[in-house]
Amino acid sequence: MSLGAATLSGFSPARVGAMIARYLYLLRSSWPRLAELVYWPAVQMMTWGFLQTYIRAQAGASGVSGPMAVAGGTLIGSLLLWDTLFRSQLGFSMSFLEEMWSRNIANLLMSPLRPLEFVAALMTMSIVRLAIGLVPVTLLAQWFFGFNLWGLGFVLVAFFVNLVLTSWALGLAIAGLVLRNGMGAEGLAWSILFFVLPFACVYYPVSTLPHWLQIVAWCLPPTYVFEGLRAAIVAHVFRADLMAEAFAINLALIVAGGAAFLALLNSARKAGSLLQMGE
Amino acid sequence: MSPAPAAIDARALAKRFGATTAVDAISFAIEKGSVTGLLGGNGAGKTTTIGMIMGLIVPTSGAVSVLGVDMASDRYRVLGRMNFESPYVDMPHRLTVRQNLWVFGRLYGVENLNARIDELARSLALEPFLDRPAGSLSAGQKTRVALAKALINEPEVLLLDEPTASLDPDTADWVRARLEAFRRARGATILLASHNMGEVERLCDRVVMLKQGRIVDDGSPRDLVARYGRANLEEVFLDVARRRDPEPWA
Repeated sequence: MSLGAATLSGFSPARVGAMIARYLYLLRSSWPRLAELVYWPAVQMMTWGFLQTYIRAQAGASGVSGPMAVAGGTLIGSLLLWDTLFRSQLGFSMSFLEEMWSRNIANLLMSPLRPLEFVAALMTMSIVRLAIGLVPVTLLAQWFFGFNLWGLGFVLVAFFVNLVLTSWALGLAIAGLVLRNGMGAEGLAWSILFFVLPFACVYYPVSTLPHWLQIVAWCLPPTYVFEGLRAAIVAHVFRADLMAEAFAINLALIVAGGAAFLALLNSARKAGSLLQMGE
Repeated sequence: MSPAPAAIDARALAKRFGATTAVDAISFAIEKGSVTGLLGGNGAGKTTTIGMIMGLIVPTSGAVSVLGVDMASDRYRVLGRMNFESPYVDMPHRLTVRQNLWVFGRLYGVENLNARIDELARSLALEPFLDRPAGSLSAGQKTRVALAKALINEPEVLLLDEPTASLDPDTADWVRARLEAFRRARGATILLASHNMGEVERLCDRVVMLKQGRIVDDGSPRDLVARYGRANLEEVFLDVARRRDPEPWA
């Protein structure tokens, strides 16, 4: 079967552009879709921001240092980076699911659009949706709580790249599962990252976990990012070693996610389910 | 001099879903420029056969080629020269008709796309709702839009799965007239799956009759009617469906 080979040849930026235009048309036509991108990140950030303010005040008043001070100093940053991961994966998955909801997937798979072009459009849209959702929220974080995420500079780029790569790997696997198993697998788009949440050590250091869970945690690229964030904010150190390790794991995950997507798409073609999708 | 390759060539094409055989080693070749009907009742294997020709369903065994290109190994070489319409497939509801046609036109690499959209809008009478969301249209209007999408790249091979299902007789007749006009103008090959006998009789040069995944007869509508001694194709269909058919076609 040449499906894999077909993804690597004849790549057309024009077809990728057509798919991106299709998703932008959709966003433009629906203000609830646009509002939803901003609403929840903003609510989360405000809630956790006030909590951080409270914890920091309590830690300061009682002269506490250590974990409480660390937690107090990094909550908003952790939240914004977690939302980067979550919203990026959701942006990828929601764009894909739009094709399933509108019963358009067979039209696309029957067209000259290659799987890699489709995936490239979904990746682009995950960045677009992420930017729409998170840029205003980072500005709110600065305005309300004085937390300047953009002030991290190059460090932020390293965090961002790693989190987005993780989100794409997960998005690819979810898209493949939906193609193969139908809309019954749709819920994974919202829930899969919450399975990762406790082990990725978003709000606490890895050392908090039992030893055997630490091994699990270090298999997850986001763990490196959140440890790196704590190092950057608390110790003002850029842990390039952590970012490089996360990047290496992410490359493996992207390859695995892409392979899973192609294998599941091929399996759906064998199962004959692509013509009935969305029903 | 070797004969020109068939537009569609199915060789011992079979598809099994678990213990169910949907298509049972059928073979047929469809000449370029012809209109062929795949006729059969529910579950006869029409949609599965079309799915395999499109490459959306992988055959369990056998092979199919379109315009000389093997669909299992090389489908991307030929997908730009094909198109299809099916009641199982829809287009994004929130996009306008024009936006939908623009996106598909770009996917198919159509040149002078805006002119092509205008041309389709005129010939398929889409102009009154070209800038309305596709989801807000009536069933008849949606069918015309789906047909416009299927014709956007002026396909050499057009696959139609029950193109007039759920349409009123007037709209269905209108759609058939447009398909006839497209075939005349472009010399396209059309494969039409249907259980609408009038439609098949009117549009098709040839009919392949399927029953339980097998070809039970094959011929022009006139030949089939004569062979079964019936007044029309509907009576032939009933004969086949009720197993009063002659020996299977070989």
